[in-house]
Amino acid sequence: MVEHRPYLKLLAHLVLILGVVIVAFPVYVAFIASTHKTTDFITGVMPVLPGSDFLATYKTVLFSGLAAAGAPPIGMMLGNSLIMALAISLGKIVISILSAYAIVYFRFPFRQLAFWIIFVTLMLPVEVRIVPTFKVVADLGMLNSYAGLSIPLIASATATFLFRQFFLTVPDELLESARVDGAGPLKFFKDILLPLSRTNIAALFVILFIYGWNQYLWPLIVTTDSEHYTIVMGIKRMSDVTDAEPQWNLVMAVAILAMLPPVLVVIFMQRLFVKGLVETEK
Amino acid sequence: MQTKRTIFSSKILPYWLILPQLAVTLIFFVWPAGQAVWQSFLREDAFGTSTEFVGLANYVAILHDPGYLNAMIVTVVFSIAVATVSIVVALVLAVAANSLLKSRSLYTTLLVWPYAVAPAVAGVLFWFMFNPTIGLIPYLLKGIGYHWDDRLNGTDAMILVVIAASWKQISYNFLFFLAGLQSIPKALIEAAAIDGAGPGKRFRDIVFPMLSPTTFFLLVVNVVYTMFDTFAVIHATTQGGPNQSTNILVYKVFTDGFIGLDLGSSSAQSVVLMVIVIALTFIQFRFVERNVQY
Repeated sequence: MVEHRPYLKLLAHLVLILGVVIVAFPVYVAFIASTHKTTDFITGVMPVLPGSDFLATYKTVLFSGLAAAGAPPIGMMLGNSLIMALAISLGKIVISILSAYAIVYFRFPFRQLAFWIIFVTLMLPVEVRIVPTFKVVADLGMLNSYAGLSIPLIASATATFLFRQFFLTVPDELLESARVDGAGPLKFFKDILLPLSRTNIAALFVILFIYGWNQYLWPLIVTTDSEHYTIVMGIKRMSDVTDAEPQWNLVMAVAILAMLPPVLVVIFMQRLFVKGLVETEK
Repeated sequence: MQTKRTIFSSKILPYWLILPQLAVTLIFFVWPAGQAVWQSFLREDAFGTSTEFVGLANYVAILHDPGYLNAMIVTVVFSIAVATVSIVVALVLAVAANSLLKSRSLYTTLLVWPYAVAPAVAGVLFWFMFNPTIGLIPYLLKGIGYHWDDRLNGTDAMILVVIAASWKQISYNFLFFLAGLQSIPKALIEAAAIDGAGPGKRFRDIVFPMLSPTTFFLLVVNVVYTMFDTFAVIHATTQGGPNQSTNILVYKVFTDGFIGLDLGSSSAQSVVLMVIVIALTFIQFRFVERNVQY
């Protein structure tokens, strides 16, 4: 900074510490709740200091499930979420990089039209056309399957755009020299373009993994049997018991487990995360 | 449209490359969207046994439906509140973080992780914290004489969903503001300081105007976010209640279509939403294009 003003620095620290505390507070409360017994929530206000039931609670949700709330063990839901998140993120990356390659490196009839059809999807979040999309998936017999959970969500214009922008910055000389050396389109793609795109792929993967993991409405409507529940939607079923207060300690334990994988991804891959976030929004 | 100077001349290969994405797009995006438009002109009974073409009747009906108008107002209030809260808080935090050289990245890490928390999970966390019987916040509010009840009081319910939705969005806005602040040339700030402008004046006359492209961009993104991505927040907490006070448009499309089984009305609402998203996306693109030169 330009001048030295210690009180401003102190103020900045105070503001940031306050911000961090406020941001972290709901998660702290959830974690505390998950270390108590169910009976601790029947009367009065919830506890603010850790209890002694940490291991018991997490063992219950992970392995035995919540029979009373009609939910399967969380271990299975975590597995389903992982499968869905990976299928969506990898699927999106694969189909987008291929179509971006076609659009940038080839000229063919209807190229413009294809580009616009893909572009339109940018504008239509799944929430907006939920009923007809559900119908299509139902007609194709894809309800209660991993394909139904992931395939309808893997078409995305953002990833295609990102790769298109990136390919346009790749020097033409690379292609020219590859062609002089006799490389065909697939060899060029595999040996030159793909290695060059590594960072972009990784950054995109971080963003898309979070997107896939956090899906809520879509899994909620395409899965009716508990075999295919994902954790983010499962938590809702659990807190939704009729005529009774939910078992808050268990619900909060599930909430912690549901947010842990994507949060860890963000914390440990922060550089890639920021890159992916900034570039997909451009 | 831009391509390469040199290209491959294969005739068939590009179609194979583009086919997967095009197929998914046509089957799961274009076709359902077309269906929504078509359905919006039809009236179907709840069992799907008879259908008749009714023209714009569904649109006329939703525009005369007090529930729909209410949802519109709720959506506007909700979007503006969430955008304002998350932008202001994020800006304050970003300015503070930007002024610290050594601890900047530590604070960034501590502030950005909520982006990864699913909106539904965020909703459940706040639903618990604000629970009228055992929640911590109602307990504290009682201490200052306020009786909190988001299950009966519409204003309380709205405050709850605004907080839950903003909480998640702060981290996103923070990152963009921090990037924006770092791209402001240091020379400008230094020149102003030499001319005797203090930190407050520098922020008002230089930093804030230089950030206006970022702020505008975030405003559009946040409005889009609150209009569509907050479905899960609403569904996991208030479910549009009490008495429709948090029933946003996206939530209403879902309840009318899936629970009310009123497909014609739900489709007409979908089409209205699509028009809104297309308009917002268009604004965003125009803005980004204009901003590239700058």
